[in-house]
Amino acid sequence: MDLFEYQGKQYFAQFGIPVSPGGEANTVDEAVAVAEKIGYPVVVKAQVRVGGRGKAGGIKLADNADEVRLHAGNILGMDIKGHVVHRLWIELSSDIAEEYYASFTLDRPNKVYLGMLSKEGGVEIEEVAVTNPDAIIKLSIDPTVGLDLATATKWVADAELNEGAQAQAAALLVQLFDCYVKGDCDLAEINPLIYTTDHVVRALDAKVTLDVNAEFRHPEWEAWSDTDAEDPREAMAKEKGLNYIGLEGSVGIIANGAGLAMSTLDVVNQVGGKAANFLDIGGGANADVMTAALEVINADPSVRSIFVNIFGGITRVDEVAKGVIEALRRVDISSPIVLRLDGTNAIEGRALLAEHLNDRLVAEPTMLDAARRAVAMATTGGDSK
Amino acid sequence: MSIFVDENTKVIVQGLTGGQGRFHGVRNRDYGTQVVGGVSPKKAGTDVEGIPVFASVKEAVAETGATASFVVVPPPAAVAAILEAAEAGIEFIVCITEGIPAHDEARCFNTLKKDFPNTRLLGPNCPGIISPGKCNIGITSGDIALAGGPVGIVSRSGTLTYQALHELSQQGVGQTTCVGIGGDPVPGTNFIDCLEAFEADPDTKAVMMIGEIGGSEEELAAAFIKDHMTKPVVSYVAGVTAPPGRKMGHAGAIISGSQGTAQAKMEALEAAGVTVALNPTEAGEKMVAIVRELGL
Repeated sequence: MDLFEYQGKQYFAQFGIPVSPGGEANTVDEAVAVAEKIGYPVVVKAQVRVGGRGKAGGIKLADNADEVRLHAGNILGMDIKGHVVHRLWIELSSDIAEEYYASFTLDRPNKVYLGMLSKEGGVEIEEVAVTNPDAIIKLSIDPTVGLDLATATKWVADAELNEGAQAQAAALLVQLFDCYVKGDCDLAEINPLIYTTDHVVRALDAKVTLDVNAEFRHPEWEAWSDTDAEDPREAMAKEKGLNYIGLEGSVGIIANGAGLAMSTLDVVNQVGGKAANFLDIGGGANADVMTAALEVINADPSVRSIFVNIFGGITRVDEVAKGVIEALRRVDISSPIVLRLDGTNAIEGRALLAEHLNDRLVAEPTMLDAARRAVAMATTGGDSK
Repeated sequence: MSIFVDENTKVIVQGLTGGQGRFHGVRNRDYGTQVVGGVSPKKAGTDVEGIPVFASVKEAVAETGATASFVVVPPPAAVAAILEAAEAGIEFIVCITEGIPAHDEARCFNTLKKDFPNTRLLGPNCPGIISPGKCNIGITSGDIALAGGPVGIVSRSGTLTYQALHELSQQGVGQTTCVGIGGDPVPGTNFIDCLEAFEADPDTKAVMMIGEIGGSEEELAAAFIKDHMTKPVVSYVAGVTAPPGRKMGHAGAIISGSQGTAQAKMEALEAAGVTVALNPTEAGEKMVAIVRELGL
């Protein structure tokens, strides 16, 4: 789960990481009220989960209430790379002397933590990695050991941060690491990490990705989860507890298992179609799950056909077949359905379905055949034979 | 032969008395696996369909001589269960638990590496391992596998593992061992571990490798294949059409920046001499063709 900047900063603050005083605002009036409270000058910042906000005009300096009103009015509702701005973060402006970069993430090939620190912050770190790789000082951290202040102190010196900033930066990195680990982040990134003209180090931005697998030990995350889905289809699927991602095509996909679902998208693409979604119903393909899945796909107006691709391992295909039959009784589906059922008890499952098959519910023996049929149906609207 | 497990492997199930543990543990036993015990601190002294339940892994090992463990416990308790098994001297641990926090996995992996270098962890979040006719630890349905070799399978995805088994079994091509390494960011056993074992196994004559988007495991495997594998490898990578930045079900299946795309993985594999297929069916067909060409 990606946090907005304002959420990330609130999270940082819980771990003692210094951030600028600020507050969130959903309206122009709220923005002015926050600014009046913290004092001028302030920065009005669009809250969207995408980089390049500044260039798009989503970050503006304001010296007084009128300027806050003007900028907040312009930025709210603005479209930044497909993300509409619904919320602002208003914070006290900083006099920046230097901009750094700091982050912690998992080094997957080596299965340890990777810290990255650079004195060249404020720009895309991917760009620095290409143009000046030596400016990024990487630190491998053993997850069973962690990061102590002595190591962080050496690290900031190696990265050649301003000497006046080093002690504060080292302390902050230990706090950021703490946030990364105890806070169960997949990514904790500050860009820029600033050193102000009055010699203070603090986080000017916050990019935090939370590991949703750790949700069970972070009840405090719940407040953030409702702002997650921007696609109405995804919001509906989430409500029903389905693992769904909306895409652009016209073939609705239901599969069991993430790998098979991904593979189903690929095969649909290979035979000339485009998937409308990714939907993994997991192991328990019973009537309730199948009904929920069909409801979500049925609500998508761009869907022209539905491809149900099930490989029964532990999930028995006869149970899946019963689930499909029951789901069709409960939901009125507007698109034709192509079934491919294989694996454990496939013969029994197909037998159960036989009497229910018609030109709106067809079965194909293999994944490829089913994909071809579903794509043909998406094109003709169900008349394919 | 087979890799990691065989007909002599004695297995205990941690979480045998839970719903999933009972279901899969008994299924594995019924397949012919030597499931010699279960562990459940609160239900020690009882049994699950004839399988005795012990209070701790240590006790279960002492009583049964088990060398492998099947961990089927919920995410908050999974890492402790894995480490308990390692401490009790278990050499091979299969953990199917889905939803373990990445930091717990990272700590677990590095603790095993440092303190228990002789213990191999398979998973978490994996379907398990099956050596057809000999041993099945995990959730794979035994009847889709075919004994007798000559193909070794290694896969990052559960249902695609079944699909791969099915494609081969239907053509009468058997498997030595099929290993599901799981789709999490910190797998205990990776592609290279399995490729190395298959290369060393005299009965495995060819290998099928099923990858997916995210991370760089497939690229690393490609480099290994190029330098160390003499046996033919067929591969399929799922997620060619996956959009960047979206997790496709598995915590590990995410394309970040320019990294982890299916395209890059397929190119790396092709450059290493691997036969790359565009879908699981084609992968099966190509594998069958290679096996026939080898005269097996």
